[in-house]
Amino acid sequence: MKEWRKQSALKFNGPRRGHDGNDMKKFASWVVFLFCVLCRPAVAALSIEIVGGGENQIPIAVVPFESDAPGVSSVIAADLARCGMFKMIDPGSDQTHDIAQVSFPGWKAKGADALVIGGIYPAAGGQFEVRFRLLDVAKQVQLAGFSYTVSKDQFRQTAHRIADVIYQQMTGDQGVFSTKIAYIMKRAKRFELQVADADGYGAQAVVSVASPIISPAWSPDGTKIAYVSFEQGKAVVYVQDLLSGRRHIVANYRGSNSAPAWSPDGKDIAFTLSRDGHSRIHIVNEAGGNPRLVEASPGISTEPSFSPDGQQIIFTSDRGGSPQIYRIAVAGGPAERLTFEGNYNVSPHYSPDGKSFIYLERNSGHFNVAEQDFATGQSQLLTDGDLDQSPTFAPNGKLILYASIYNGRGILAIVSTDGRIKQRLTMQSGDIREPAWGPFVK
Amino acid sequence: MKKLMLSSLLVSLLAACGSQPTKEAAKAPAPKAAATAQTKAVAVNPLNDPNNILSHRSVYYAFDKSIVKDEYKPMIKAHSEYLVGHASAKVQLQGNCDERGSREYNLALGQRRADSVKQLMEAAGVPAAQVSTVSYGSEKPRAAGHNEEAWAQNRRTDIVYQSE
Repeated sequence: MKEWRKQSALKFNGPRRGHDGNDMKKFASWVVFLFCVLCRPAVAALSIEIVGGGENQIPIAVVPFESDAPGVSSVIAADLARCGMFKMIDPGSDQTHDIAQVSFPGWKAKGADALVIGGIYPAAGGQFEVRFRLLDVAKQVQLAGFSYTVSKDQFRQTAHRIADVIYQQMTGDQGVFSTKIAYIMKRAKRFELQVADADGYGAQAVVSVASPIISPAWSPDGTKIAYVSFEQGKAVVYVQDLLSGRRHIVANYRGSNSAPAWSPDGKDIAFTLSRDGHSRIHIVNEAGGNPRLVEASPGISTEPSFSPDGQQIIFTSDRGGSPQIYRIAVAGGPAERLTFEGNYNVSPHYSPDGKSFIYLERNSGHFNVAEQDFATGQSQLLTDGDLDQSPTFAPNGKLILYASIYNGRGILAIVSTDGRIKQRLTMQSGDIREPAWGPFVK
Repeated sequence: MKKLMLSSLLVSLLAACGSQPTKEAAKAPAPKAAATAQTKAVAVNPLNDPNNILSHRSVYYAFDKSIVKDEYKPMIKAHSEYLVGHASAKVQLQGNCDERGSREYNLALGQRRADSVKQLMEAAGVPAAQVSTVSYGSEKPRAAGHNEEAWAQNRRTDIVYQSE
């Protein structure tokens, strides 16, 4: 990953002397629906469609940036529009780039609470300076402002980073615009583990084989992905290094090796082995070594997920006669049952703040994603498809990415933890499944 | 009624079963017709004979269950006897699930389905060395639909003879 060369805060100490802006192209405003991706060749585009919006959206206007040939402000606007937390105010033909020229009453009349202005300017050594300011329209003050010096292949990253700043400033939560998602694409008889930006852009195949791949799991630092592949005629756990492109086998014991989950410190991987005649959870050091059996459980135990403090694991087990969610200390000990409603509760994942977990439940024959609070034991149903599957948390704990079937094809979908924001991610051809949301970019 | 449909499905599916590694199961009954034309002394391999229970290779299950229903026990008994009588014959029991729910839980359930058949075979005296198991979970469905008709076909253990 490229380092950020220079980032400086832009202060606003009051009106400054205005200057003549350079002539610039006028851009079409922002894209709201069906943000289709112009991608690098060889991998089909992943499209994101907004299906439902959030409550109490913040009205914000993004004025197309000055000399923005790369389209940085379009990407910022698309990020903000797609995330469901903002109501986009049309900037019209406005071309304000300088804070001294901002007409706050004018923007207030348009209904905007916040305004984003900025520009792209040449810098030394063939680089570019990307500047933006986020302004509070009512209070007529700057909320945030930064300048980034970047190379020309960093424009999209910079746009996402700016959107993250805006999102954090306006909502109080950390944005996930700079994160990545992994998923499996099946087309004809081929399976690919793909990684794309969170907005669907730039999908790249990391693994491409003629056998099924399931259960991708990001390392906490985002440099590796563990997954299960059937290339050897059975389930085997691999770890792929995204930087070097190399992979190694973590587990290939007798029987199935599957369900990898990284400990929060990135040193260990919990996973499921069936070698002793039962599917049971083990932990092994990521670099290799003998797996340690966590619990000599009866029946099936699988799908481990670590708590954020690394001390607990929640997992699926049918020891009570039907698959339910249980919790156990990593060091071992008695398992505690967590789900008691229905006869099929599987695929648990800890929330990033450790206060809840998401899982998949079967109710009335449908398979849907739900979230349960640890403290209260209360659970909330979040999706309403027929065949939802594989929920995964965004690293800010606000969004859930999962797999579903739509018009007979495998797609991915996003729902917010309050159930209101809904998005659908589709590919032109092939089925996509088994998503995993990557960690925050450092 | 359902059993009749399943049995006829089985026979017709066997001929179409292109994904199985062994060649024996994929052969159609055509050789039998040729044999009849030549001489009735040519014996048909009982494993391929559609009139023989040994040509049946699949056990089907209810959702989320690995219990072998009574209707499949005669078939498993027949395969067990064949294996006992042919020490060089080996089978791989391949456990499968329908697409619903968790893929990882399905991988474990598929393993338990394969194990359920293995246990019956070993109880019938088949040496462990002649029986291996593998689970494909819900990753290698035979039927592609998103409905109970497809799901019922995918909840199964296949008995696959390994060519040496």
